[in-house]
Order: sequence, then structure tokens, then C-alpha cells
Amino acid sequence: MTSAVHQPPAAGGPGAAPAFAVEDVTVRFGGLTALDAVSLELGAREVHGVIGPNGAGKTTLLNVCCGFQRPDSGTLSRAGRPLAALAPHQLVDLGIARTLQGVGLFRGLTALENVMVGADRHRRAGFLAALLGLPRAEADRRALAERARSALAEVGAADVADRLPAALPYPVRKRVALARALVAEPEILFLDEPAGGLGSDDIDELAGLIRRLAERATVVLVEHHMDLVMAVCDRITVLDFGRVIAVGDPAAVQDDPAVAAAYLGEESARGDEGGTA
Amino acid sequence: MTDTEAAADVPTPGRPQPSGPPASRWSALVARVRRPGTPLGRHLRGLVIGAVIVIALLELVSPFRVSQITTLSYYVVACAGLTLLTGINGQISLGHGALMAVGGYTTALLLPAGLPFLVAILTGAVAAGIVGIIVGAAAAKLHGPYLAGATLALAVGLPGLALAFADTLGGEQGLTVDVPRPPAWFADAHFFLFGSDPSTTQYLAYIGALVAGLVLFLLANLHTSRYGRVWRAVRDDEVAAELAGLRLGRLRVLAFVVSAVCAGLAGGVLALATRLVAPSGFTIVLSLSLIAAVVIGGLGSLTGAVLGSAVIVFLPPLVTGLGARAGLSDVQAAELAPLTYGLVLVLVMIFAADGAAGLVRRLGGRLRRRQGPGTGPPRSGHDAAQESDDAARRTS
Ligand SMILES: Nc1ncnc2c1ncn2[C@@H]1O[C@H](COP(=O)(O)OP(=O)(O)OP(=O)(O)O)[C@@H](O)[C@H]1O
Ligand SMILES: [Mg+2]
Repeated sequence: MTSAVHQPPAAGGPGAAPAFAVEDVTVRFGGLTALDAVSLELGAREVHGVIGPNGAGKTTLLNVCCGFQRPDSGTLSRAGRPLAALAPHQLVDLGIARTLQGVGLFRGLTALENVMVGADRHRRAGFLAALLGLPRAEADRRALAERARSALAEVGAADVADRLPAALPYPVRKRVALARALVAEPEILFLDEPAGGLGSDDIDELAGLIRRLAERATVVLVEHHMDLVMAVCDRITVLDFGRVIAVGDPAAVQDDPAVAAAYLGEESARGDEGGTA
Repeated sequence: MTDTEAAADVPTPGRPQPSGPPASRWSALVARVRRPGTPLGRHLRGLVIGAVIVIALLELVSPFRVSQITTLSYYVVACAGLTLLTGINGQISLGHGALMAVGGYTTALLLPAGLPFLVAILTGAVAAGIVGIIVGAAAAKLHGPYLAGATLALAVGLPGLALAFADTLGGEQGLTVDVPRPPAWFADAHFFLFGSDPSTTQYLAYIGALVAGLVLFLLANLHTSRYGRVWRAVRDDEVAAELAGLRLGRLRVLAFVVSAVCAGLAGGVLALATRLVAPSGFTIVLSLSLIAAVVIGGLGSLTGAVLGSAVIVFLPPLVTGLGARAGLSDVQAAELAPLTYGLVLVLVMIFAADGAAGLVRRLGGRLRRRQGPGTGPPRSGHDAAQESDDAARRTS
């Protein structure tokens, strides 16, 4: 475990600024309001679930948090500092990492190289060193490979380091993608459906991993798999049609009638589809 | 080339001990040369082996073949740069012939001013690099067919400048280039080593081979470095690359500039080798044959760029000769060359999408497997995953 060498985040006592905050964010796609005045506050080392039916706006919310989607209105802040016009490449410097819904690995790179790209911010050598093959560039490469190997080991994928993604089963690809996000040593980690397509054994292991990560980072978990969400989250935000319909600890959210209605609505819609098909 | 990281991370056994007895130090050195532990070591070894082969060829083959090797050298330089752009960074360029023209014309304009030819060629490369910054900045915002169209416009339009500024650039006739004579030190060294004076043709081939060797060495370094890795990442998935903090625009422009500098160098060598720069030498056909070479050789592999260049340089005279011997008229025989190009290209697409380099790799792999145990096929990813799952369950 690398948590021993990891800087603990500033203690988040009452009144301290949240590690990351989204305030009153609205995103419209043409006539569709994907996010409607959504707010989200993340404490240090909190595991925060974001759930909601398909199309509720969960991925859009992550896109806003990572600078891929400019909100039509609303603000973002990191540890109390407002983030104006956030661009994706600034994320690593803000200590933010994210996995993509699905997998999103670089298909021409081995698992190790994929993770090394995630560790790229730790490089030291510049272009000239790379061009001339100076020892500095080689030392850099070894250091990044070392970090990448330990990240792969942490997600239990150490032995596939030299494989291309296409040669890996889907659950292992997801592990590699997770390692690529972890290796940047983020303080805030956004996970978009990490359990999607995984079997129950893999999901149990993922739950353990998320709990371990929470010792050193804030984790935002977008997930449909309710058992996982209820098991690992400290707090949960429920989205429906782009609006926050509930926030609270797992027990409170589970008992919330609005949440039950949203999911019931989805289920009856699904039932209708099944009926007509 | 994706296995480079893995290969280089194997710790080198038997590092030479500073205090060890001379014999073991020597054997450690031999071991290191035979199996270099770092990419740099491998690239240096490749450079030396290549130099030995090229020198042997240049001293043994006919003057006609020597001039063909010069031609090969500038194709290799341009194609190596293009494979970095297209194969490794995923940006297509149909305009590299025009960037070669920038290098060639700059060289031709500077040589009469009395500059040493190396300075002239390097200035040509810088000029092409500057054009590359402009084109690359535009290219970074374009995708697929739009990028192809924009660079195609460059290929068609830029040589037209030679007509517009006919006074300085020589119009349709172009500019003739005074070929540098072999300097005394080169002639002396050549005589000392091989017992004969070098011909100008040989001297030019040495220049071309030197440029090609250095370019391949430097690009191989880049390819195995952080830049090769992130260029490929940007090529494969823009969103994931951006999430990792990579600046797509900058990296794309950088790839374009490196590639343009190579094209400029190639144009300079072409100017020396053909003793002439004219619009007819930098047509769209040149740009397309560069792309053809890169695809035939295998996108993204520097070895492939060399192999593809060899096909483009040696195949046309070969089939033209065969055609003439088969009783075709000169005109008919000349038409065989583009036909074979096309045919080879189609065959490569169908049977070996990873090009000549991929073919060689696969044949090599089959040979090694036949040679005996110890290099069995890698375990399937599934087994590996299964094992790690089991291990994790045991520990929890
Ligand atoms: N780029 C876009 N342009 C137009 N509409 C979009 C775009 N991205 C998302 N949407 C729409 O916005 C709504 C929210 O989508 P989003 O992907 O955020 O949902 P989600 O909660 O992540 O759903 P899922 O659980 O299926 O992943 C959906 O109706 C979707 O169709
Ligand atoms: Mg989603």
C-alpha cells in the first residue's frame, strides 16, 4: 500500500471548504435539460454515490466536474477555490482523476503503457532528452513503469502488464482502466459505472478496493449496481431527469419515497417495453 | 513496437563490475552489446549495424545502384517522419511532398550563397518545420477527411509558388543545384580505407545515408520515449488522453513539426541527389507515394518505413525492366509501375494490414517458435485474470 507515503488531505472539520463542490449547475442540450440546478458537495475522503435511472444526467455531471462539458450556469470549486473555465488537461494538477463509462483504454498500448500514460504527470525529462535518448529520459521511463506496475498490482492486474487491451477479458480491462486513473495519485477520483459488466466476485473485490482508496482520496461513484453503492458509500445523491431528488446516507436514501418513485417509474417503463416487444 | 517497454524493463543481468577481472568485464560488455538493456543501446546498435551494411553496399555495388541508395535515403527520411505523424500520432498528411519542396528549394537557394551544404540542408529542414507549425496548428483542429483535404490542398498549391515567383524560384524549369565535391578529408579517408577515390555519386550516397541514419536513430529514441507513448495515446482515444492530462493540440502540432522537419531534410537530400529542384519533382504523386510507402511498410513502424521506401524505390524500375523484356513498348512498360504500386497496396491492405514490418515480425515469431521451447505462446489474458482473482480471494 502506498497510502503511508501519501499526503493526508487537509482535515475537513465542520465549516471547512468541501474538497470539491458543484453549485447550481445547469446543462442544456437543445431543448433537453440534462442537469437542472444540480449541487454536489464532496468532503475529504468521502465515498459519494451518484445514482439515478438511465439518462438521469450522471455522466453529464461527471463531464462538468472534469471540464468536458461547460455548464450553461453554475459554478465549480476545489477546496474553496472557484474553478473558472475548467479544461480537462488541468485536472491532473488539481488532483482529479476519472474513469470512463465503459473502458476507454488506448488499444495500441499495452496495459503497462496505458497506465504509464496515466502517470505521465510524474515525468521529468523534456523533449531534447527524449530525442537524444539521454539517461534522464530512460530514468523517467523506468520510474513511470515502476509506478504503473504498482498501480496494476493494486487492482490485481500485475500479470497482464504486457498485453494489449484486446487480448484481455472485459473485467480485466476495467481493472487496467482503474489503475490508469489511480496511478495519477488523485485526491478526488470519479468512477463512472466501474461495476458495469462485472461479475459478483469482481464487484466484491471492487468494493474492497474502493474502501481502501477512501483512506487517501475522495471517491465519487456513479453506479447502477445498488448493492455496491449501499455497501461502500458514505452519502448518496440521487438524480432523476437532471434534478437532485435526494441526498443523504444510504439508509435515508433507500427509504426516500421520491427515490422509490423514480426507480419504480423506470421499472414500470421497462415493464411496458417488455410487454410491447 | 508495443513490446519495447516490456523488453527494456527486464533488468540487465551481469552489469559490468567495475572491480571485476578483465575477462568477465569483457564478456559482460559483449553480453551488453548483444542484448542491450536500454532502448538507447538497441538504437545505437541498430545504427552501427546499419552503417556497416550501407558502407559495404556503397563500396561494392554499381554506380547506378549507389544512386538508387541515395534515392532510398531521402525516401526513408521522409517516410520515417510521415509514419511518426500518421502511424503513431494518427494524423494523415497528403502534403508531405510539398514540405519536401520547402526543404529542397531552401537548400537550392542557399547553396550558391556559399554555405556548407549541411548548413543549407538544415536550414531547409528548419524552414519546413516552420511551415509545419502553421499547417500543424490547422491540422490539430481537423479530422480524417478534412485533414486529408487540407494537406492535399497544400500538396497541390505549394509547388505553384515556384511559378508565381519564377524570378527567384526558377518557374517551371526550377533551380539547378551545384553538387558539392567530396572534400579532401573525405577523399583521403576513403582512399585509406578502400584504396580508391570516392566518386561524387558515392559521396552523395554517404551524405544521404548519414542523414537517414541519424533521423532513424533520433525518431527511434522519440518513439520509445514518453512522446511515442503519448502520441499513440492521443491517436487511440482523445477523451482518455485528455483525462490523463495530455494537451492534445500541442502534442499534435509537435508531431507535425517533427514530421515536417524530416520532410524538409529529405527535400534537401533530394535536391543534392537529383541536382535539380522543380515543381515537377514535388507533385501530388510524390506525396501519395510517401503515404503508399508508409502503408506498405506497416503504419507506425520505423522499420516499416524503411521497407516501404525500398519497395517504392526498387519496385518501379524492376517491373519496368521486366515489362520491357517481355516485349512491351517503353510507354507501356512505364505504365506497369503505378499499376504494381496499386496492386501491392491493395494486397497489403487485404493480407497484411500491419504491412511489411508486421509480416517480418510474424514470420520471425513463427521461426522462433519452431526453433524450440522456451518461447511458447503467451498465456491467454483470461487465465491471467482468473489467477489474479484467485489470488485476491485467497488474501481476503
Ligand atoms: N452530448 C450530448 N448531446 C445531447 N444530448 C446529450 C448529450 N450527452 C447526454 N445527453 C442527454 O442528456 C441526458 C443525460 O445523459 P447522461 O449520459 O448524463 O445520463 P446517465 O445518467 O449517465 O445515463 P446512463 O445511466 O445511461 O449512463 C440523456 O437524455 C442524454 O441523451
Ligand atoms: Mg452515464
